[in-house]
Amino acid sequence: MKNLQGIAASNGIAIAKAYTLEVPDLSFDTIKIEDTETEINRLHDALDISKQELEKIKEHARVSVGDEHAEIFSAHLLVLSDPELISPMEDKIKNEQVNAEVALDEVAQMFIKMFEDMDNEYMRERAADIKDVTERVMAHLLGVSFPNPALIDEEVIVIAEDLTPSDTAQLNKQFVKGFTTNIGGRTSHSAIMARSLEIPAVVGTRTVTNDIKDGDLIIVDGIEGKVFINPEEDLLADYRDKQADFAKQKELWAKLKDEPTVSKDGVAVELAANIGTPADVEGVLDNGGEAVGLYRTEFLYMGSNDFPTEDEQFNAYKSVLEQMGDKAVVVRTLDIGGDKELSYLDLPEEMNPFLGVRAIRLCLERKDIFRTQLRALLRASTYGNLKIMFPMIATLEEFREAKALLLEEKDNLVGEGVEVADGIEVGIMVEIPSTAVAARQFAKEVDFFSIGTNDLIQYTMAADRMNENVSYLYQPYHPAILALVNNVIEAAHAEGKWTGMCGEMAGDPIAIPILLGLGLDEFSMSATSILPARTQIKELSKEEMASYKDELLSMSTADEVEAFIREKTGQ
Amino acid sequence: MAVEKTVRITSETGVHARPATALVNKAGHYSSDVQLVYNDKSVNLKSIMGVMSLGIPQDAELTIIAEGSDEVEALDAIIEVFKQEGLGE
Repeated sequence: MKNLQGIAASNGIAIAKAYTLEVPDLSFDTIKIEDTETEINRLHDALDISKQELEKIKEHARVSVGDEHAEIFSAHLLVLSDPELISPMEDKIKNEQVNAEVALDEVAQMFIKMFEDMDNEYMRERAADIKDVTERVMAHLLGVSFPNPALIDEEVIVIAEDLTPSDTAQLNKQFVKGFTTNIGGRTSHSAIMARSLEIPAVVGTRTVTNDIKDGDLIIVDGIEGKVFINPEEDLLADYRDKQADFAKQKELWAKLKDEPTVSKDGVAVELAANIGTPADVEGVLDNGGEAVGLYRTEFLYMGSNDFPTEDEQFNAYKSVLEQMGDKAVVVRTLDIGGDKELSYLDLPEEMNPFLGVRAIRLCLERKDIFRTQLRALLRASTYGNLKIMFPMIATLEEFREAKALLLEEKDNLVGEGVEVADGIEVGIMVEIPSTAVAARQFAKEVDFFSIGTNDLIQYTMAADRMNENVSYLYQPYHPAILALVNNVIEAAHAEGKWTGMCGEMAGDPIAIPILLGLGLDEFSMSATSILPARTQIKELSKEEMASYKDELLSMSTADEVEAFIREKTGQ
Repeated sequence: MAVEKTVRITSETGVHARPATALVNKAGHYSSDVQLVYNDKSVNLKSIMGVMSLGIPQDAELTIIAEGSDEVEALDAIIEVFKQEGLGE
């Protein structure tokens, strides 16, 4: 047995066989090029394919680790379009008549060295980013395959010199139980990603790739920063115990997995999950989700180079519906525009994109795009419990027009002999203050509301949520927000309809008691928040929370609300 | 005729990847040539690696120079990004 000390990068204990992430052979020959124009085209082809791959990895990362971590790929994409990188390569090919591999290598090495020589640690780490992107291009020039961690299909611990951002974005938690690397620190990219994926990791072991062979049994102790190679029986047993202890908290939650969500005084609410792709459904079920409260369909559109076809969409929707069985799936129709752009859809530049042509506004302007989605949804409707929700509805006319298009496509499909479910609920996202205020009028026509708090707060407080300088105005507990939420819930209940919430606020431990008291019917959150929320709600009395309603709504500030809830719930 | 403006970086972390990405993306929207000058070094603001290579720290004084048919709009938009990203004033 051998053990190594590294840096504990991500909590937890993993025990599995080693899987070495191979670095491809990127060696190349120097060739004299006669037809330099063709050679430059070859370089551009490799750049283009690499960019397409990075776009896909970026979307994968958005879903698996979140927008913030996916941002690094925006920078990577810019590197591959960087005139200061590409022009010198083209010049080299043209003037020195060398092959694209030589030009790429020489220019990339120059930049890598420049960053490695900088006296700031952050900037030195950027050398790894340039290496990551340029090696991908090199692999395409040479026609060799680049490491593809997405292909791992058995339980392993990944062993690597370092994990690049594109590697970590492809890690599948189901199979990758942990990883350990030669280099890196607690703040290196691989460590941050490990924490966000919740897989144990030890980085900076210096020698792990030399000490471990494929198939060795490995313990990764991400608490102490230790790695054990082919451990003896008793140590292995110890570690299995530790692993069990660590998982205890999670197990406690897991016990609640198949239980309904019921408050201390016996009132049931529904805990649902927000998802982006069919692959997320497994996590929803594993975490005891009672429904999908928000299926963001944008990822279907963002992950490709052209609009998804009706069949592609149909397959995705059908997959989600089938996996969820009888459980409700609320699908939000396309929400593009604002900060979300499509490379293949040329949207006019707007002064205020968040106040411009986005979501339903775009869909009603580009009915061709919208109709395709509606048809795909209707065709999938017979495979489960589908509910359809339109985003960014500001007026009843918009809702009526969108619903009329839906009914028109339903008639068309039925006319074509396609089976469509009857009684599909059609609701709206409430994220525009006008809609929250006029909820009473909307409640007569919609089947349900789902409050999108991220945008509702941004629009109500007139504070761009991307702008750090006004981030103090992002106040979910502001009495104005609570009043709008209350108004929507009351309006729905007056018409016998239900109200859900699908923003960050729905999973927030301070907001949950308030929302329970206001009578929210469905809470939709990230899957990992569901079991903690269920645990919390079991300890809360709805009647008690409801009795604070008037007091909460008449408070002056968000701080006052928060302090009150903390006191009442002992948080 | 070129236009220019000077900016002081107030962000504690200087110009990191994220704001650099925003600056380069914005500069790419304009046809004007846009240069970033820091410590007597001048780089193309449409180049992510150029911008990053300067390793701009807090308190740095930068000059942005735009030259071309849309130079005024380009300069204004870039200064706006500095503000939006909380980089400086």
